[in-house]
Amino acid sequence: MTIHDRSALAATAHAADAIAFRLNGADVALGDAPDSRLSEVLRASLGATGTKVGCDAGDCGACTVLIDDAQACACLVPVGQIAGCDVLTVEGLAETAIGAALQQAFQLHGAAQCGICTPGMLMAAYDLLRRNPQPGERETLDALGGVLCRCTGYLKIVEAVRDAHRFIGSGTIVTEVEGPSIGTRIARLDGAPKVAGSERYGADSAPDDALWLRAIRCPHPRARFTLGDPEAFVAARPGLVRVFTAQDVPGENSFGIYPHLKDQPVFSAGETRYRGECVLAVVGEKEAVEALSIDDMPIAWEPLPAMVGSAAALAEGAFTLHDFVPDNVLTRGRVERGDVEAGFAQAAHVAQGAFETGFVEHAYIEPEAGYAKRIGDTIEIFACTQAPYMDRDEVARVLGLPLESVRILPSACGGGFGGKLDVSLQPMLAVAAWVLDRPVRCVFSRIESMISSTKRHPSSIQAKAACDAEGRLVAYAMDGDFDTGAYASWGPTVAGRVPVHATGPYKVPHVRNLSRAIYTNGPPSGAFRGFGVPQAALAQESLFDDLATAAGLDRLEFRLINAIRAGDTTPSGQRLEASAGLAECLEALKPHWQRLLAEAAAFNASEGRTRRGVGIGCMWYGIGNTGMSNPSTMRVTLSQDGRLTFWNGAVDIGQGSTTVLTQIAADALGLPVERFDLVLGDTALTFDAGKTSASRQTFVSGRAAEAAAAALRAEILRLTNAGPMARLALEGTSVTVAENGVVARIDLAALPAKPDGTVLEGIGSFDPPTVPLDSMGQGVPYATYGFAAQIASLDVDLDLGTIRLNRIVAAHDVGRAINPMLVEGQIHGGIAQGIGLALMEEYLPGRTENLHDYLIPTAGDVPPIDIILVEDPEPLGPSGAKGIGEPALVPTAPAILGAIRHATGVTPRQVPVLPHRLWELLRAKEGRS
Amino acid sequence: MARYLRPTTLEEALALRAQAGETPLALLAGGTDVYPVRTHKSAWFQPFSRDVLDLGAVPELSGIQHDATGTRIGATATWSAVADAALPPAFDALKQASRQVGGVQIQNRGTIGGNLCNASPAADGVPPLLALDAQVELASLRGRRQLPLADFVLGNRRTALAPDEILVAIHVPAQPEGARSTFLKLGARAYLVISIASVAAVIATDAAGLVSGVRLAVGACSAAPQRLATLEARLIGLPAGDLAARVEPEDLAALAPIDDVRASAAYRRDAALVLVRRALTQLAGKPMEAAA
Repeated sequence: MTIHDRSALAATAHAADAIAFRLNGADVALGDAPDSRLSEVLRASLGATGTKVGCDAGDCGACTVLIDDAQACACLVPVGQIAGCDVLTVEGLAETAIGAALQQAFQLHGAAQCGICTPGMLMAAYDLLRRNPQPGERETLDALGGVLCRCTGYLKIVEAVRDAHRFIGSGTIVTEVEGPSIGTRIARLDGAPKVAGSERYGADSAPDDALWLRAIRCPHPRARFTLGDPEAFVAARPGLVRVFTAQDVPGENSFGIYPHLKDQPVFSAGETRYRGECVLAVVGEKEAVEALSIDDMPIAWEPLPAMVGSAAALAEGAFTLHDFVPDNVLTRGRVERGDVEAGFAQAAHVAQGAFETGFVEHAYIEPEAGYAKRIGDTIEIFACTQAPYMDRDEVARVLGLPLESVRILPSACGGGFGGKLDVSLQPMLAVAAWVLDRPVRCVFSRIESMISSTKRHPSSIQAKAACDAEGRLVAYAMDGDFDTGAYASWGPTVAGRVPVHATGPYKVPHVRNLSRAIYTNGPPSGAFRGFGVPQAALAQESLFDDLATAAGLDRLEFRLINAIRAGDTTPSGQRLEASAGLAECLEALKPHWQRLLAEAAAFNASEGRTRRGVGIGCMWYGIGNTGMSNPSTMRVTLSQDGRLTFWNGAVDIGQGSTTVLTQIAADALGLPVERFDLVLGDTALTFDAGKTSASRQTFVSGRAAEAAAAALRAEILRLTNAGPMARLALEGTSVTVAENGVVARIDLAALPAKPDGTVLEGIGSFDPPTVPLDSMGQGVPYATYGFAAQIASLDVDLDLGTIRLNRIVAAHDVGRAINPMLVEGQIHGGIAQGIGLALMEEYLPGRTENLHDYLIPTAGDVPPIDIILVEDPEPLGPSGAKGIGEPALVPTAPAILGAIRHATGVTPRQVPVLPHRLWELLRAKEGRS
Repeated sequence: MARYLRPTTLEEALALRAQAGETPLALLAGGTDVYPVRTHKSAWFQPFSRDVLDLGAVPELSGIQHDATGTRIGATATWSAVADAALPPAFDALKQASRQVGGVQIQNRGTIGGNLCNASPAADGVPPLLALDAQVELASLRGRRQLPLADFVLGNRRTALAPDEILVAIHVPAQPEGARSTFLKLGARAYLVISIASVAAVIATDAAGLVSGVRLAVGACSAAPQRLATLEARLIGLPAGDLAARVEPEDLAALAPIDDVRASAAYRRDAALVLVRRALTQLAGKPMEAAA
């Protein structure tokens, strides 16, 4: 028997007490406590940070490793159990033939996006492939079912796993492209470290002497609190260094997206407004911070009555959450055109309904993490983010420093989806590191991430739609209330974007769309893939199904009749000049639609308690900010030593901007992608590319990258007096320029250099042309729009109310697919999130704050997806390209709801359509008690 | 300072369990329930004991043995071990449940004994074992005892395990010749899902196709999974093909489902009825299989 009672051990006994095992073939011995989690020991004690921690509860599988050849969640395994075992982690995978092949397959199939789940996926897949190198689909899904991915929709992962055997013994494959890079399916340029496990996410790197910070958060939706004596608290606990509260913030104790709405405190100053609000932070040595008990905290809570939901905040006698908004209505949005009452009066068919959606959690698999470090009078923040420049501005304000004193070094970002646009731990890390003049790090737990971070806005939408006898839309009116939670975050953006989009991608002459963002005691609702448009589309697409039926039209035909096209005018009064490919999407879907409808009819011809249905959803999405400046600046340089560098401030959160923007720059310059060194998203080194949101990086930063590379090319051509068709080559420090058999040469080493070695550079900017909306919502809110239509086919179990998806067919007008593989990855991932929105995801504060009560789709929940890319080029976009990030998600849930109705005859007006909710609708329809 | 005790014999384990006294040691086998609880508590700075009695190295608690007299499943047998064991068709329900608990990662570490001792109302191991008429073997320094599983799992997170006892094994009596079984789990997604409701059924039929034995158990619809004894009694002697049609809502009256984030109580009650009928239909359609 071995008894590990460390209190009884002399220091010299440690060696004898050490836990010995083999890690990736090498013997290791540990002095960690035996109940330490293997995941923690691998990462903290052995530096093997390739194993990721997503939940510490066995819910996400990110920490999957092999223990004696069997996959396990390292977060659930005490190291006391692995003495003598063989542990294989992602770091050891390349040493195995199958593992190396699997890594190759992941790269070439685009199976890694953000990459945070990739090590766990690889290990689960390796566990399978060891036993069966050519597994079937079901077997593969079963093997991967324990690892959650939020980016990919799993399809490319499953493809890669099943295809891996082809790469055994192939060595590293580099995709070299002859000719233009745009339009080719090159592997992600940042993919190699993701599949190797060497990528550095927020929790993977920090100075050795960093202290640890943990936030104490309010457990009540609203409370008053009193603090005891923090100094006495710290003094009594060896290892603690300091407690930080509101009064310790050197600058402004607040943050928020809009300059006039910095309403969220770094540390609450007396009254909290949501469960999860940060009250104070404790900083100290890791063990001391981890050992803290709430019973010892110098804090006393007085819970207060809370407003839950928009209706409560709007009710007569509701208290005021923020003094500057007495009625709790943070913002109103409006788009009004034509005469909506007259429109309804002349209509042949009218449909209306009320629709409800709940909070949705981003559930990126990487919880927020990072560190801050003070260097003299400047501060550096290394953390996961979607918006480094906005983080810089927030931190500078909180510390009371000039902008140039703050440097943001984005870590690799393990998923964002809008949830990492707001600052999370950056301000408090900055305050602690600044005041203490020591590096301070923090890693949120899954639960802390979920309770504290922003959510998709719950919505209550009342909408009314009308068409004439031929099925042409004549009027649409919407009143949408969006629960923006305790703090503003992106609430105004949602309230502004929704009315513009709420009629969908259709010609509607008479429109009145009104929205409100409402303060409540819910978690702050912010940005989440679509900014309210997915919620509005659910209502609108459902009503258009009603109208199609009333007018006796096929649902796809109805949409085609009404599809907005180039030359048409939007409800905001914007004439669409080009690149409005919805009609082409619908035409492309027609054969699929007819086939799936026929299949459903044949299936339903037999008696049974399973019914098949097919539904369709359409969408449009304005790329970039709504009627606001939204610039990006990029830089491409050649240095004296022959290095070609792309200085790219756009954060790749998995969607692929690093690869796509380099492809654009490569073609604009005329040198291959492989020649570029990349400097990414460092506010001290790159220009502001704007945030990674609103599907804007390909369109906006893509144009900037194109312009930067074109400027460098122009400079090269000028120096060599060559024409626009000249071919460039870079060899050593020599740039050759060939044209009509004439070769000119530039010796970079001979040119005068800037201090950083740069001899030639191109800088390019792009700000999409927009016109702000007036009080009636008229203007040019966006320079371009993405369009899409998706079909869902599914089976409903009429007795259980459960749904099985059979297939989704997605047609997307992306303008131009710069990298079709990455575009497909975005579509797959967006659809998976749309499935979650439609069928399973509902964040309930206090109840679904982890990844086993909050359900996101697993590998078994995403059906086969057929993708049709429509390329109706956008003249303003780089090579005609537009964005795809948000368009991918928006139509999925409407298509699913339409399919449920087609299958059953009941119309869900609340998502998620959980089995018991659908069962209730079915029971009511069938007249059962 | 935390104690981490990893005995290698049952006697040592029982002695440690007996000594623990006022502050009992957390029993740990696969860790798949212990660590998630720690995660939740530490997120809210709630204190938890780190004193652990790790049963993973006790050989007597492991292994699966099967012969004509019955089956012994060691308490620390993992889900994967159960799924891979050569056992007769009466155990199919248990094997199906074993493949639906968490992901493969959980199945490789989590133990069947842990599932019983954790006593979640939604524990997927319980209905199949109830339907197999399983008994649990408990040991302490005071001696050993066996209890029917229904007398061991008493309620939500409540068992008959005494503070000095350890669950040693699960004993399943020899099953009727030709007995076959199924497990139906209802959840809101494909993998990694906690049951909204679950049903395990074991039936045996005679040469004439009449039911000679039937056992039904429902999970996640009451504080502890339950057998449907009255219904079982009524189904004996009926043709297997008739069983599903004979199940009425009143047969599930003893269930006491709750409303929670996963489903409403009313839904659970109806879903359990549907699952019971489906399980019986499925088993009626299966050809007779010889006992393994």
